[in-house]
Parts: sequence; structure tokens; C-alpha cells
Amino acid sequence: MSTGIKDKVAIIGMGCTKFGERWDAGAENLMVEAFEEAVADAGIEKNQIQAAWLADCFDEIHLGKSALPLSLTLRLPNIPATRVENFCASGTEAFRGAVYSVASGAYDIALALGVEKLKDIGYGGLPNSGSNSGSLNWLWMPNMTAPGAFAQLATAYAAKYKYSIDDLKRVLAHVSVKSHANGALNPKAHLRTPITEDQAISSPMVAHPLGLYDCCGVSDGAAAAIVTTPEIAKKLGKKDLVTVKALQIALSNGEEIQYNEWDGTYFVSTTKASTAAYREAGIKDPRKEISMMELHDCFSITELITYEDLHISQRGGAPKDVLDGFFDLRGGGIPAQVDGGLKCFGHPIGASGLRMLYEMYLQLHGKADQRQLKDPKLGLTHNLGGFPFMNVVSIAIVGKEGV
Amino acid sequence: MVGIVSYGGYIPRRRLNRMAIMQEMGWYIPALMMVANGERSMCNWDEDSLTMAVASARDCISGFDKSTIDGLFLATTTPSFSDRQNAGIVSAALNLRDDIATADVTSSLKSATTALIAALESLKGGDRRTVLVAAADHRKTRSASFYEMWFGDGAASLLLGRENVIAEYKGSYSLSVDFVDHYRGQGKAFDYTWEERWIRDEGYAKIIPQSINGLLKKYGLGIKDVSKVVYPCFISREHKGIAKKIGASKEQVIDNMHEVTGETGAAHPLVLLVSVLEQAKPGDRIVVASFGQGSDALLFEVTGNIARLSARKGIKGSLENRKEETSYAKFLKFNELIEAETGIRAEAATQTALTSLWRNRRMILGLVGGKCKKCGTVQYPKTDVCVNPKCNAFHAQEDCEFSGREAKVMSFTGDYLAVSVEPPAIYGMVQFDGGGRTLLDFTDCDLEGIQIGQAMQLSFRKKYYDKERGFAGYFWKAIPK
Repeated sequence: MSTGIKDKVAIIGMGCTKFGERWDAGAENLMVEAFEEAVADAGIEKNQIQAAWLADCFDEIHLGKSALPLSLTLRLPNIPATRVENFCASGTEAFRGAVYSVASGAYDIALALGVEKLKDIGYGGLPNSGSNSGSLNWLWMPNMTAPGAFAQLATAYAAKYKYSIDDLKRVLAHVSVKSHANGALNPKAHLRTPITEDQAISSPMVAHPLGLYDCCGVSDGAAAAIVTTPEIAKKLGKKDLVTVKALQIALSNGEEIQYNEWDGTYFVSTTKASTAAYREAGIKDPRKEISMMELHDCFSITELITYEDLHISQRGGAPKDVLDGFFDLRGGGIPAQVDGGLKCFGHPIGASGLRMLYEMYLQLHGKADQRQLKDPKLGLTHNLGGFPFMNVVSIAIVGKEGV
Repeated sequence: MVGIVSYGGYIPRRRLNRMAIMQEMGWYIPALMMVANGERSMCNWDEDSLTMAVASARDCISGFDKSTIDGLFLATTTPSFSDRQNAGIVSAALNLRDDIATADVTSSLKSATTALIAALESLKGGDRRTVLVAAADHRKTRSASFYEMWFGDGAASLLLGRENVIAEYKGSYSLSVDFVDHYRGQGKAFDYTWEERWIRDEGYAKIIPQSINGLLKKYGLGIKDVSKVVYPCFISREHKGIAKKIGASKEQVIDNMHEVTGETGAAHPLVLLVSVLEQAKPGDRIVVASFGQGSDALLFEVTGNIARLSARKGIKGSLENRKEETSYAKFLKFNELIEAETGIRAEAATQTALTSLWRNRRMILGLVGGKCKKCGTVQYPKTDVCVNPKCNAFHAQEDCEFSGREAKVMSFTGDYLAVSVEPPAIYGMVQFDGGGRTLLDFTDCDLEGIQIGQAMQLSFRKKYYDKERGFAGYFWKAIPK
């Protein structure tokens, strides 16, 4: 009988680069920047790390394949290193690898590092893979981009819940305004300018009905975590441990895109992964128990719908919660995108999951400066990779030891 | 009895108002004004001869048992491939049987009538049941040329057979002479044309009458014994002149369609023939003639079966599905006559894995999905494991064709970031009536006109063009029904 991951692993060190258009840095430099902070924070020597996981997604435009770039760049002492890629869940996957490795007792201390250097492509947005997206995919999948794939959630959601596109856009604007307000307080965020709802609504159309401010930024960045068991952490002199409460991944199996039931207004995988995560963490009522969240707001509509898939808002009820300020930093509910979210950090794919955990870690240690929440206990991070109709979801819950 | 069993037509929805050309280029060639009346049909950016041929063929065979089709001829001077049989792509799109004979008939504007004669003659003997002839052309012209004004894009198809014949084939007459009014050299994008006055006087005015008169003489008929005569000639005045030369009255001659489409190349004799068949009565004798290094003339006699042919779009229906285009720049861009910026995003790889295309040919070209023999779930694409979560049977699906099914829009977007010839790129998820769903590009529509729940139908279109290797990739798109 499996017992889950709850409280079996502690995070003892984290690092995160400044995210942004890092014209000054390659992926290798970003890895070093995140690693230096993490290892200093952990207060250990590099050679104490026994295994490492690297996450990146568009390896062809920066590091290339395998975990060799991690081992070479950090000059790791010939330890096992593994590269993982699972779309936008890649960072959390690297974390999962490291966490499971110490939980199993195979290693004492492990590293998870996620990185993505997107701004070497030469144009905005994510890379267009063309026929490199898979030899069969190329022959039939629509001429689609990420904004266009997710924009379809908005047209379907508006139709189902009888919102006019204009009304839905005002809700979505609030989602983005809230994240920009948080990002403005974060020196590591890429976009640090607060915006207004009217600005968001009137921004240029990217993929109907999503405008520029409904889309997250495109940035370079890296983040890293060093994990061990609570026992070893304590031996290392660590106090007020942040432990892992749940780690869940769920993947589509083709029902959304091929079977006749899904209606295009929710994420099948998120609803399942979140239920499993709450069970693993022993959470009964997430709306009451979760202190804060970092959700995968690649687009404002994704965040809106995710509130429902996490069983925090009722189906069709997320717009009301949003307009009530339930997810605002000081709204009295569950603050979401506390650090500014993908909206303000951008989305260097491999780094995002670990960047989210970094904010949870800071908050739980009371080190989040102007963004600091009062006594947070449990933080949830969520990544959604792929498309609404076919995706990989990861959910991590971390919190104070003993909660 | 051998003859025409069914017909179909396709004229692209967009019609370029010729005054749009005049307005932009009149400063350069003022004489364009002489032919600037009416409108010409223009392919959407994702259409070409192959896609138009498929559209007209689908119209033609709708309501017929396509398993009886034993042969397919494609006639065009603008095939997508020089060496990869274009008729084979049409056949795959129509999901015809593999054990049929297919051929491209090309390199002349009379190729459609030549294909027609060959198909009809092949039905007289042998064991072929029905043969399909599809003709289409999408000729590229230089900006501000008269030919840009004269030409249009379009297609027509005829199903030929021995049973339920609506127009009996009575015979043909062919003239083959190397009269070079124009030619398109190997590897050239445009026609090279000689002086129009010479083409008119020595070409059209002599060759077409010679061909039609030859036919009538061969079968012992006079022009008065014929109900309708159709022949191409983009010089409208000379089109009327030919009628006089063969002694045909105004009522006997079908207009050259300059005002509504322009001349549709190799397809034109068939386009005209289909528009005559759409109004024909039993007993009508129809003569159709072509023009291109000679001329073929064919004689048909309409039978009583014509009243029993189910309604189809044909040329008339295609003409009614019309969207006026007033932007000449759009016409230039669609036909790659101007080089517009596409950005680095457009530089993505575009190679086609031919191995994958072969394995998945029915899925891609024929839009064939699967139906699970265990649970009955209809799904696209056909896979090794049934998608129904309560079934998930392995290796249990039989072929199930989706191209003729209606679908409803479940979700959609208009994407301004995606590389597109005409942004926004519109696409979405559609749910098929009877089960199955998929994501598709949408085409022939405007974003403002798309709604959740809207009925869509499928259209075979060019999906991408690999410029580096000269490969056109085809797939299906959704268009509003």
C-alpha cells in the first residue's frame, strides 16, 4: 500500500535567477546563477549533492539533449544526472525525480534544476517547431500556436456559462491586473509594471478573444531546489522545515480530443491530479486549507479555469471569485500568483515549476518581503503543459513540517 | 448506352472585382479598362487545381456508390506535382478503391475534353463500370496582364458510365495541330503569349468552327439539330463571332462566363458543359468543344434520367456561394505575386516524412477514422486502442470515413500569432454528427461569422507548401455549411 510523499522530503535550499530577456546570459550562465543561490542557501558543498535532475523543454534552441549540459556546466563530480522533459511540467518533473530519489533512500541529497533560454529564437512567443513537432502531427494538426490553443477555452467557456465575450474579458482582465500588481513587488520578475483593467481589455488581440495582457511573457530564467530527508536536514542544522506534501502528475489519454464527452471548458487532467494531490497531502477542503498558490497562468483563461479544476471555485463560479478578489494578494481568500505568476515572470518552460516552488519556499520561510503573506502553511503549485485538449499537469503541495 | 451519369462543379467563393485590378494597375496599363467588367474567380490561398478538382468531384459523386468507380482522369495544366500522380492524390482524397486506373491528362487546355473522350471510349468496351473525369485549373498570371483579367479559377467533374445515363455520348471529333497561341515552358511560372489579334483570327476563329463543323459533319447533323453549343474563348466579342461562323443563334450558345468567373483553363469546357446540363431537358443535343493545340468536339444527347439526378451544387450553386473580393493586394499575395514579410516564425521546418504519409494516407488524404467493432465508438483518427474509456479495445477498429459528415464547432479562435497567409488563422475543435471529434483549421470563413455550435462541413485543402523541396501537403479543413 503506497503512502505518498507527505513529509518524507524537505527542501533545504532554493535559487532563482532574475527572469527576463536575459540578453547577457546563456542557459549555462542561468543554471550557474540559480545553482549558486541554491547551494549557498542550503549551506552545503557542491560535492555533497549525490544526484541531479535537469529540466528543459526546447533543448534544440539552447542546451541540446541529455543532462550533460548540467554536469558539464556545474562541473558535477560524475554523479548521476538525468534530463527530464514533460512540456511545461518539466520543472516539477525534475523536482519529482530529486524528491523521489531521496525519499527512496537511494541518495541523501539531490538537486533539481530547471532552465530555459527562450530569447535566442529571434522572434516573440514560443518556437514554431513546424515539421519537427512530430512527423504525423505535422500532416494534420492545425496551424496552431499556444495562445490559439488556449483561446478556445475562452470561446467554449463563454458559450457554456452564457457570458458575452466582453464580460468574460473583464473577468480575465482582473486575473491579469492582480498578477501584475504582485509582479510589481518582485525584483526577480520580468514584467514589473502594474496595469489597469482597461489596459488589459484594450490590448492588441493575439488569439481571439485573448489580448496581449491575457498572455504570459516570454523570458529566460532558471530555478533550482536542493532536497533531502527531514532527518538529514535537521542533522545539517535546518529549522522550520519546508516539506513536500504532495506531488502529482496527470496526463491526457486522448479522450478530450477524440471522445465525445469533454466540452472544452475545463482540464480533465487537472481535476484528477488535484484530487489525488489533496488526498496525498491530507487536505479535505482546499478552499480553506491552502494558503497560497502559484498556478500555470500561461493565459488568463487557463488560470480562471484552473481555479475550478482545483476544486477551489465551483464550476462556472471562478469569475465571481475573481471579481470578489478572492485570489488577490490581500483579498482574504487564497492569494494566487503571489510572485507575479507566469504573467510577470514569463515562462522559460523548464524553470517555471521550480520558480513557483521558490516563491512558496520564500513565503513559508517569511522571506517574501513586500509580498509576504501572514503565516502561510500550505502552498500549491500547478503546471499545465501542452494544450487544453491534450496535456500534462503537475501539482505540488509544499508546507511547513507538521502541518 | 455510354454517357454522363452525373456532374459536379466548383468555383472558388472569392470573386475578384476586376475594377480592383484596374484601380491599382490602370495607371500602368490603361487598356486594361477594356476588359475590366465583372469579376473573376480566385482561389483561396489554400486552394489549387487539386483541391478544386476534389471539390468538384465530391459534388459530382454525391449520392453515388463510389465503389463502382473504376477509373479517374485528372485534367489540368497546373498540376501540383510534375512527377507524383496528381490524379492519385484526388483518388486518395475521394477515398476511392486502390484497384482502379488513374491518370493525369495535362499540358494543354484541351486536356479535359481529351480525357473525356478517352474515358467515354474506354467505357464502350471492357469492364469498367464508371469513370470519373475531373478538370481544374489555377493559372498564375503576371500582374496587370490581360490574362490576369481574362482568367479565373475553377473546376468541373463528370461521372461517366453505362447505366442511368443523363446525357448519352454520341461521338467526338478531334483536331490536333501545334498552334502555339501561348506556351508555358518547363519550370516557368507564367504563360508566354503571342499577339491576341493573331490568336483570335488564326486560332479561335478557325480552329473551333473547324472542330464543331467536323463533328456535325461526321454525325450527319446541321447546327439546327443541336440545342446548345459550348466552347471557350476569353475574347468575348470573338466568342460571339464564332457562333456566327458556325451558324448558331444567340440562344444556342452559352456565354463564356467572363463576367462571373473568367476562363478556367483546361476546366473551362467542362465548366460550361456542366452549366448547360444544369438547365438541360431530355432530348437536348449538346456540343462541347475545347481549344488548345487543336480542339476536341463531343456530342451528347440528354435523356429522361436527367430529371432524376439529385440536386447538387454544380456551377450554379458554386456561383451563388460568392464573396466579393475588392483587395487586389490580397489576390497578389494569395498567388505569391508579391513577397510579403512573414517573419522568422515562418522559417520553421516543413519537411514531410513520406514514410509517415504512406502509412497514414487514408487518415490524412481520405480523412478516414475508425469505428470500434466492440463498442461502436466512431473516432478520428483510427488508432490501435479504442478511445472510449469503457472499452479501450485493442485492434478493434474498422475504417470510417469522415469527409462527408457534418460537424459542429465546439471551440474556436482567430490566431494572429500563427504564421498565416491571411491572418488570423482560424481553427477550432469540431464535433462530428454521429460521433468523433477533432481539431481542424477553418477556411473560407471570417472570424466574425464563427459561433459555437455552428454547422461545418469538410473541404480538402492545401495545408502547407514546402518551398525548399517543392512539396504541397494536403489535409482537410472545416468550412461553414
